[in-house]
Amino acid sequence: MQPINERALKLGDDSLILGQRLSEWCGHAPMLEVDLALANIALDLIGQATLFLGRAGDPDALAFRRDVLDFRNCLLVEQPNGDFAQTVARLFLFSNWQELMLRDLCSSDEFGDIARKSVKEVAYHARYASEWVVRLGDGTDESRGRMIAGLDWMWRFTPELFEGDAAPLRGEWDARIDAVLGDAGLDRPKDSRPILGGRKGHHSEHLGHLLTEMQFLQRAYPGATW
Amino acid sequence: MYTTELEKQRMASAQEDPEKLAEFDARVAADDFIEPKDWMPEAYRKTLIRQISQHAHSEIVGMLPEGNWITRAPSLRRKAVLLAKVQDEGGHGLYLYCAAETLGTSRDEMVEALHSGRAKYSTIFNYPTLTWADIGAIGWLVDGAAIMNQVPLQRTSYGPYARAMVRICKEESFHQRQGFEIMMTLANGTAEQKRMAQDALNRWWWPSLMMFGPPDDNSPNSAQSMRWRIKRETNDEIRQRFVDATVPQAEALGLTVPDADLKWNEAKGGYDFGAIDWEEFYAVVRGEGPVAKERMKARTKAWEDGAWVREAALAHAAKRAQRMAAE
Amino acid sequence: MSKALTGKALTSKEWPLWEVFVRAKNGLSHKHAGSVHAADARMALEAARDTYTRRMEGISLWVVPSASIVASDPGEAAALFEPASDKVYRHPTFYVIPDNVKNI
Repeated sequence: MQPINERALKLGDDSLILGQRLSEWCGHAPMLEVDLALANIALDLIGQATLFLGRAGDPDALAFRRDVLDFRNCLLVEQPNGDFAQTVARLFLFSNWQELMLRDLCSSDEFGDIARKSVKEVAYHARYASEWVVRLGDGTDESRGRMIAGLDWMWRFTPELFEGDAAPLRGEWDARIDAVLGDAGLDRPKDSRPILGGRKGHHSEHLGHLLTEMQFLQRAYPGATW
Repeated sequence: MYTTELEKQRMASAQEDPEKLAEFDARVAADDFIEPKDWMPEAYRKTLIRQISQHAHSEIVGMLPEGNWITRAPSLRRKAVLLAKVQDEGGHGLYLYCAAETLGTSRDEMVEALHSGRAKYSTIFNYPTLTWADIGAIGWLVDGAAIMNQVPLQRTSYGPYARAMVRICKEESFHQRQGFEIMMTLANGTAEQKRMAQDALNRWWWPSLMMFGPPDDNSPNSAQSMRWRIKRETNDEIRQRFVDATVPQAEALGLTVPDADLKWNEAKGGYDFGAIDWEEFYAVVRGEGPVAKERMKARTKAWEDGAWVREAALAHAAKRAQRMAAE
Repeated sequence: MSKALTGKALTSKEWPLWEVFVRAKNGLSHKHAGSVHAADARMALEAARDTYTRRMEGISLWVVPSASIVASDPGEAAALFEPASDKVYRHPTFYVIPDNVKNI
C-alpha cells in the first residue's frame, strides 16, 4: 500500500481538479437549474479536496503551490469541460468510479471518516450525470452526436482509474456504465491504447493551464494571507 | 437599483373598472397582499413584471463579475465561499423569475427581453472585476446596497415577490459579511494588498451609490410605486442610509472613501456627500457601461450554447412519455 | 408525467414549470417553497433539491407540475369562504362554561 500522503494526494487532487473544472461553468450553464446543480457538485468536490489534502499537509499550500509534476489526480478529471455533453461524460465516468472507490474506503482507518461523508455526495453526482447521459443519448440527433463525442473524448482516460489497488472495481464499474449506456441507446466507446501517467505527475497539457489560473494569486503574491 | 427603468414608465390606469380599482387601492393601502389570481390593474401587473424581471436579470448578470474570480480564488475556503455565493445569486434569479411567471410571463420571454436589450438590469454589473479585492468590494458595498434595497421589499404588496424577497434576504445575509471579511484581510495585509483594497473601494464606491437609482426629484413615478407598495422608500432615503452605515465601516478598515466632500452633518444626523455623476449613470443605463457588451455576450452565448441541451431534454421526456403510453 | 404536461412540453420549447413542496422535518407537512423548470419528473426533483434544500431546509420533497394544480378563483372567494364566518358555534370559545368546571 502506498504511503498515506501519496494516497491523500490522489484522492484530494481528483476532487480538487474536477471541482475546479466544474466551477468554470458557474454563470454559463445551459439552464439556471443546471447552473445551480453543477455548482453544488463543485462545492462537494472542493470540500472533499480540503479534507483529503488535509491528511497530507496544509490543503492550501498543496493546492496552490505545487506544480504539475507533483499533482496526483487522474487525467480524466483535468480534461477540459468542452460542451455540456463532454462535461457530463467526464462526470459520469468519474463519479461512478469515485463512488465505488469511496464505498470501499469507508472502512479504512486513514480515510474512513471522509469517505463516509463523501460517498453520499458522490452517489448523487453519479446519479445526476447518469440521468443526463440518458437524456442526451436518447434526446435529439444533435445531443446524441455530442454525447457520443464526449464519451469518445473521455474514454481513453478511464483505464487509468483502475491502476493498482483499484483494479477490482473494474467489473462493477463496467456493469454500471453499460446499464446507463443501454438506457441511453448508446454503444460503449471502442477501447484504445490507455493514456496513463496522471498518478505519477505526467499530466496532459491542460493541467498546466488550469493550475496557472487557479494558483495565480498565491504565486503572484508569495507569503500573503487571503 | 432595479427600479430605474420602472420609473421612466408612465402609468396609465384610465381604462380600468373604477370600482375594482378602488377596491384594489384600498387593499394595497391597508398592506394586504395581492396574490397571482387576484384582480389587479394592468399597469400594476406590467410594472411588477418589469421590476421583478429586472431584479432577476440583475441577479443572473451579477453572477458574471464575481464568477470571473471563482477559478482564481486564493484559497480553498475562499473558492467555496465565492462559488456558494455566486450560486446563491443564480438561485435568487430563479426565485424571482418564478415570481414574475405568476404574473403571466414566461422565463423564455424574460430572457429574450434581456438578450435583445429591451430589459434592463442593475448598472453596477457593467463594471469589471480587476483584482481579488473587487470580490471583497462587491460583497461589502454592492451586496450591502442590495440588502438595503431588498429588505423593504419583503413587505412589498405582491405576495410571490414578497415571499421570494424573504428567502433572498435570509440567504444574502452572509454575502455582505464575506465581502467585508475579504476587505479586512486585505486591509491588514501586505502593502500590495492594501493598495488593491483601496483601489477597489475607489472604483466601486460611486457606482454603488448609483445603485439606488436617480435622485428623488428626477424620479417622477416613484409616487405611484410607493402607493402600490412595490417600492417602500425613496431612492435618496435609502442612499443616505447606505452612506451613513458604510462610511464608519470604511474607517474601521482604514480605507478612504473617495469623496472629498464627505462630511458628518450633526444637524441632520448623517453624512453630507459629494455630487453623483448622473451622466455616467444614465450612460450605463443606456448600455454604455465599461463591460456591458461583454456581459450580454456572455449571457447570450450561454443561452445559445445551451439550446441543444434544453431541446434534447424535452425530446427525451416526450419519447419516454410516448413509450410509457404505448406500454 | 401527466398527459397534459407532455402535451404542453411538445408545443413549447420551454421546460415546464413544477411547484416544489418541502418537508422541513418529520412531523411537519410539506410546505410550498417555490418552483423550478424541468423537462421531466426526476429532473424536477433534483432541481428542487439543488435549489430549495441547499441550507438543510428539508428532508423530503414533492414536485408537482404547475399545470396540474387546480386553484380556487378569487372571484368565488366570497361564496367559498364567507359562509364559514357565521358558524361561530364550530369554535370552542362559543360556549360559556362556568369557571369552576374544569377539564372541559
